[in-house]
Amino acid sequence: MRHIISVLMENEAGALSRVAGLFSARGYNIESLTVAPTEDATLSRMTIVTRGSNEVIEQITKQLNKLIDVIKMQDLSDGEHIERELMLVKVRAASGEQREEMKRLADIFRGRVIDVADKTYTIELTGPGSKLDAFLDALEPGAILETVRTGASGIGRGDRMLKI
Amino acid sequence: MAELELTGAEIVIRCLHAEGVEYVFGYPGGAVLNIYDEIYKQKGFTHVLVRHEQAAVHAADAYSRSTGKVGVALVTSGPGATNAVTGIATAYMDSIPMVVITGQVPTAAIGQDAFQEVDTVGITRPCVKHNFLVKDVKDIAPTIKKAFYIAATGRPGPVVVDIPKDITQHACAFDYPEAISLRSYNPTSKGHAGQIKRAAQMLLEAKRPVIYAGGGVVLGNASAALTEMARELGYPVTSTLMGLGGYKANDPLSLGMLGMHGTYEANMAMQHCDVLIAVGARFDDRVIGNPKHFAKEARRIIHIDIDPSSISKRVKVDVPIVGDVGQVLEEMNRLLKVGNERADQAALKAWWAQIELWRAQDCLKYDRGTDKIKPQYVVEKLYEITKGEAFVTSDVGQHQMWAAQYYKFDQPRRWINSGGLGTMGVGLPYAMGVQLAHPDAMVACITGEGSIQMNIQELSTCKEYKLPLKIILLNNGYLGMVRQWQEFFYEERYAESYVASLPDFAKLAEAYGHVGMRIEKPEEVEPALRRAFTEHKEQLVFMNFITDPRENVYPMIPAGKGLSEMILV
Ligand SMILES: Cc1ncc(C[n+]2csc(CCOP(=O)(O)OP(=O)(O)O)c2C)c(N)n1
Repeated sequence: MRHIISVLMENEAGALSRVAGLFSARGYNIESLTVAPTEDATLSRMTIVTRGSNEVIEQITKQLNKLIDVIKMQDLSDGEHIERELMLVKVRAASGEQREEMKRLADIFRGRVIDVADKTYTIELTGPGSKLDAFLDALEPGAILETVRTGASGIGRGDRMLKI
Repeated sequence: MAELELTGAEIVIRCLHAEGVEYVFGYPGGAVLNIYDEIYKQKGFTHVLVRHEQAAVHAADAYSRSTGKVGVALVTSGPGATNAVTGIATAYMDSIPMVVITGQVPTAAIGQDAFQEVDTVGITRPCVKHNFLVKDVKDIAPTIKKAFYIAATGRPGPVVVDIPKDITQHACAFDYPEAISLRSYNPTSKGHAGQIKRAAQMLLEAKRPVIYAGGGVVLGNASAALTEMARELGYPVTSTLMGLGGYKANDPLSLGMLGMHGTYEANMAMQHCDVLIAVGARFDDRVIGNPKHFAKEARRIIHIDIDPSSISKRVKVDVPIVGDVGQVLEEMNRLLKVGNERADQAALKAWWAQIELWRAQDCLKYDRGTDKIKPQYVVEKLYEITKGEAFVTSDVGQHQMWAAQYYKFDQPRRWINSGGLGTMGVGLPYAMGVQLAHPDAMVACITGEGSIQMNIQELSTCKEYKLPLKIILLNNGYLGMVRQWQEFFYEERYAESYVASLPDFAKLAEAYGHVGMRIEKPEEVEPALRRAFTEHKEQLVFMNFITDPRENVYPMIPAGKGLSEMILV
């Protein structure tokens, strides 16, 4: 099962490598991992997307909690939550026809063209991972020149909060 | 008024004084010269100069294992730190509280591939409870305070504090924090009351109970509470390799050690019980063998541990209790005493009758009628002559298992060995740490000719500090445990397990200034041991016992097999 886990930790040097090291040492998989400071500069917030059986996820949770720098964590997949990911895609847009088609597709997916060059467009798109996948699927394979994705960030809905 | 400023090096020393440190085990080098200069000027603790950094860390580790206090080691950057890694990993695997201070190249040189630079924090990260790189002299005192606190609380473990050389030169005002709290670290000590109640109830419902006691009983000083519980209920107790001494080995309720080389009765009882209470133990592969085979019999499991991640890691449990094992057991004892319920005595009687049948197998018997020295016999005699009162350290291999099986530990913190990492070479430095902590105690190191040579240079340290250790070398000429596996599982192809060209150990010991003996006949065993502990009481005695090279450790559960699939003698 896929799980999305949020972790609040001390914004200390090396905190990220402790988490990354834990996952590699114990053979847990990481689909994506994002991290940045929060509104409180002493705290970092990390979102980890991983897969595993219930037993593995239970161990991941316990092992993360055991890290001295980890203050609190939450398995967002245990309840209602929102996930968003940002993707930048550079696509072939040379002929008038291609440019029109790209603009139209970007609009359908509520993306924005953020860079226009002679032969390319760069499109910015945010949404759940599945939406970004769908956008890539909708493009002709030859049209994609470059893709970069941030990995998911997540937050609980309504009163569900991860705060200290 | 200008506050008095101290250098970083002085602050390090002051912090160690404030922590009440008695011994620092260490080895100097460029990055820690400022600290050593301050050591020269102080009297608060004794610095013990080892001959290899690995030994410094092992000695500090054993100091901790035998006293319960935090052990301290100090090494230089680069090779000093990498030499320390085996010691740190050994302590980590057995949850030993320790603070290791490592020197680092000056801040400005970090990342420049400077002379004797390694990324100590990076290298040690997977084998420490936590580590720190100190980047400001003002951080030294709070960091050392945190290091001691983290090392000793919750599930204990080693903490590394890496200090760049320039930081030890800088100065600031010194103020050692009285107490420290960390918002990200609040170990649980009190178990959940509801769970403890459920556990007590489940214990009383048992028809075939077993108490399975691990190293957590020793580390958590829970021996008295465990004993009270076992006696109150009349239930059998088995100990892991790390738990030996947590419950008296000679007590009728004791089934001895369980696991790969555990007793027949302990392993059979473990497999066939209906209620199992695991106390500070972690169901590891050397203990329960194959978890699938273990799960074949239905049983209900209660698991008390300070570390939530140890619970339901390898075996699913019914009543998890996270907390300090001593506190939890005390609470459970209280509940068991106030309630007037009793366990089913008829069922318990039948269970003990079954256990006695298993015991009658006499799984630790061995051939006493040969003209070769049997290693088991040496350990038995050592036990007799020391009246069970010695501290016994061991290395890793067959001799370690014989020590565990035949020396009947009846007190905690007397049996000092590397259980988790299985590090050959710990025995001698472990004995040093123990003897320094307990100057008047008898300290024996049971070792093999492979293991002892991994840190034999420490004989020199023993001379310097006048440590009257008794080294019991069970010399079978082989890397015996390896040879045993090759005999059983590799059709007797003894690849690289025979150690040719051994030194004359007695002469070697004499060269270091100690007493050496070579013992070749069974009838010489007892007199040699007696002389060592009387005539040579004040000296280090290195006893080279030439033992039966073909002797094996029994019982044995082959790796990957189940608890009831033992090979018996
Ligand atoms: C540092 C290290 N290297 C290798 C091993 C693997 N190993 C386990 S037991 C053993 C043999 C030990 O031989 P010896 O010290 O002579 O003891 P014996 O088994 O003969 O009693 C070896 C090589 C180990 N445990 N530790």
